[in-house]
Amino acid sequence: MRSHILQAATRLLVGLILVFSVYLLFRGHNAPGGGFSAALVAGTAFALFAIAEGPGPVRQALRIDPRVLIAWGLLLAVGSGLIAVLTGRPYLTGLWWTPAVLDGALAVGTPLFFDIGVFLVVLGTILILLLHLEEH
Amino acid sequence: MQQPNHSTHSTEYSRIGLFSTALPLLLFAGLCILWPHVARGGVYSVEWPWMPSLDVILHFRLDGLSLLFGLIVTGVGFLVTLFAAGYMAGHAHTGRFFVYLHTFMLAMLGIVTADNLLLLFVFWEITTIFSYLLIGFDHESDTTRDNAKQALLVTGGGGLALLVGILLLKTAGGSLTLSDWLAYDQQIRQHPFYGAIFATMLLGAMTKSAQVPFHFWLPNAMSAPTPISAFLHAATMVKAGIYLLMRMHPLLGGTPVWMGSLVVIGGVTAIWGAVQAVNPSDLKRMLAYTTIMGLGILTMFLGGNNTASLTAAATFLLVHALYKAALFLAVGSIDHQAGTRLLEQLGGLWRAMPLTALAVATATMSMAGFPLFFGFIGKEIMYQGALTEEIFPHFATTITLLANSLMTAVAGIILIGPFTGKRPDPLAEVVEAPLPMVFGPGLMGGLCLLFGLIPGWVSDYLIEPAVRAFSVVENEVQLAIFHGFNTPLLLSIVTLTLGGMVYFARKTVRSAVTAVLDALPITGQRVYDMTLKGLLAIAHGVADGLQNGSLHRYLLVTIGVFTLTTGTVWWLNTDAGTLRLQPVDLPVSHLLLVSLMAVAILVVVRARSRILAVSALGMVGGGAALVFLVYGAPDLALTQLLVETLTLIIVSIVLLRLPPLPGTPKTVPVGRWLDGLVAVGTGVVVAGLCMAITNGPIDRQLTAFFEHNSYIAAHGRNIVNVILVDFRSLDTLGEITVVATAGLAGYALMAKRRQ
Repeated sequence: MRSHILQAATRLLVGLILVFSVYLLFRGHNAPGGGFSAALVAGTAFALFAIAEGPGPVRQALRIDPRVLIAWGLLLAVGSGLIAVLTGRPYLTGLWWTPAVLDGALAVGTPLFFDIGVFLVVLGTILILLLHLEEH
Repeated sequence: MQQPNHSTHSTEYSRIGLFSTALPLLLFAGLCILWPHVARGGVYSVEWPWMPSLDVILHFRLDGLSLLFGLIVTGVGFLVTLFAAGYMAGHAHTGRFFVYLHTFMLAMLGIVTADNLLLLFVFWEITTIFSYLLIGFDHESDTTRDNAKQALLVTGGGGLALLVGILLLKTAGGSLTLSDWLAYDQQIRQHPFYGAIFATMLLGAMTKSAQVPFHFWLPNAMSAPTPISAFLHAATMVKAGIYLLMRMHPLLGGTPVWMGSLVVIGGVTAIWGAVQAVNPSDLKRMLAYTTIMGLGILTMFLGGNNTASLTAAATFLLVHALYKAALFLAVGSIDHQAGTRLLEQLGGLWRAMPLTALAVATATMSMAGFPLFFGFIGKEIMYQGALTEEIFPHFATTITLLANSLMTAVAGIILIGPFTGKRPDPLAEVVEAPLPMVFGPGLMGGLCLLFGLIPGWVSDYLIEPAVRAFSVVENEVQLAIFHGFNTPLLLSIVTLTLGGMVYFARKTVRSAVTAVLDALPITGQRVYDMTLKGLLAIAHGVADGLQNGSLHRYLLVTIGVFTLTTGTVWWLNTDAGTLRLQPVDLPVSHLLLVSLMAVAILVVVRARSRILAVSALGMVGGGAALVFLVYGAPDLALTQLLVETLTLIIVSIVLLRLPPLPGTPKTVPVGRWLDGLVAVGTGVVVAGLCMAITNGPIDRQLTAFFEHNSYIAAHGRNIVNVILVDFRSLDTLGEITVVATAGLAGYALMAKRRQ
């Protein structure tokens, strides 16, 4: 049984929630948020999608197998720590690069990639469980 | 026996095997370059730091003893690799085989050159693991796997004992470096830990070197491919225990407990191995028992504390390695060419395999101890050592005499059985083994004779430097072809005569041995079987009790154990009286929040509909999130709220598929009371702990550090997140690994159910 109201609302909401999730991910270093919360938010977006349209369309929209997301997430997290090793510092030391634009207000660092790794692992795990349960 | 008959394509050999002979050959050559300096008493030593804070250093040291072992390991390693290149040809996994073999060889070389005890232990364990892989090489057979597992458990267990010994030694003396210990010398023998150190190290050596009552794994290990039996279970790995005893001799040796236990254990092992060696009809098994005898003899002579006795051990080590490896390889050739290694199916092979026959002849002559052969010299020095043993010299001499006589008889059986007499019809087509397989036994057989002819050289360049490395040589004991008419010579003659008599009475001896073995009420093998069975039964009991598949049971046990242990520890360590409830002025809104959660909890417990229960549970979680928010932890609140939301969604999906709850029962079952008790108990303990923690002054040192450094060092204002992804990112890495594993495990479970 599919609800048309839910489907219509989902179409609007999923995008919004996902954008919010990305926003949470990137602002996490300075304000409440971060990879874990962002992944949970994204997870609810996909859960909504799955409830409204069923797991099949979700998989289609995703294009990537959740298991692959997990693998990439772990790789990204592990890899972000290795950059420090290459420069002779202890594993997982945070390295920062501040480009000259925006008066140095923008700082890009290896912890950001680590956080994206966390995001992918958590999201992948949620999706695996969610989609499989829905498919049963 | 299990090997197919390869005689039709006997010219085949494994290319990877031939190619990989380069490694042992180069190592052997390298040792030869270092040889002259070491033979003159020099020592090579190199070290690199590994874990300096734990005193674990990659410290290698080459002295006379290491050199003797190193030459055996690499020399026999080369010949065995060459042999295996022919023997394993056509096998599906030759690449894997040679990788195992050479990794083992390098680890063995590591054992005998490591100067750091923990380094030695690491190599020791590597040999155990690769022995397991090599014994179980034909892993498709159940018996082979069981045998491999047995060797792993017995030697691995001994390895753990050795680790305890090493750590005790470190505690007692402060150093892990072997060469440092010479400075302490006598002190450790008076240390209260001495007994424990000796016992644990002895246990390690006994299991590795197959001493009674741990000997039973060695004959079973014969299910390994024959080159492996020759290399690991005759020439090298089983000698690791002997090496350990030799290394420890200057440190722990010479006490009555050392001498007594080594002489008795070694003596019993020697005679037990020798007696059983007469029995089997499988040539490999027969050799395995003679190896046990050899190891017993070595242990027995290490119990002595004089030069003659220790020289006897070092000499016999070389004697045994040469003839035993040669014989194993020759038996491998026979097995490979004739397709069987059972005595009753063999005969008259000397015409078909003349070179192998010649190799076996020299090796068995050495084994029997005929004059002019190296074994004769070994035996002479053995008698000299046994007669001068400090403890139980009569016992040692009798054992040596009996064991050697039995060896002579076994040597006769191995030489005369397969090669003389009438050749059975199935063996009519047998031809000589290919050259790589003849070379090894031939060369070692030749050395058995050559070393017997130049004992002075062997003594100066191999035995003497080795003995000097682990003992104080007072009066040098020179090896010689002829020592004059003395007691050892007389005993040698008696040995050969007795051996001949046993050989001719072998049928009677065999039936007697079988009868005795059957009558034994308890053997190592049986104890092992019983222990294994009991352990499995216990494990099954525990696992079935805890993991019965009910999520309810898992949660109950986990939470119950947590509450019980935490509560007990807390109770024992604090005064209950110090916990005071402090009156706090809470705004009405907070009180409302808490009462809302309390009502929700009541609904959860009493609800007869799953959806209602889950929704109410979500309300409790949402309330908790609000509490976090009110007390200034927005990050926690956000996460809590999101987790609650997702949990609610996922649990709802699951619950919708479950049957409805049964109607309200009239009485509350006992199980529910237990659940309630655990739940309330957990609440009380956690709440109490929270109060106890907040009662005292809070150490703000860490908080101050993070507050101060969060932006400066990590470019972030959100301390929680900075801690997660920067300051303590290794923890987070561990956590996301757990998350990923849990996700994949869940996937596996659900994918399996769908099938």
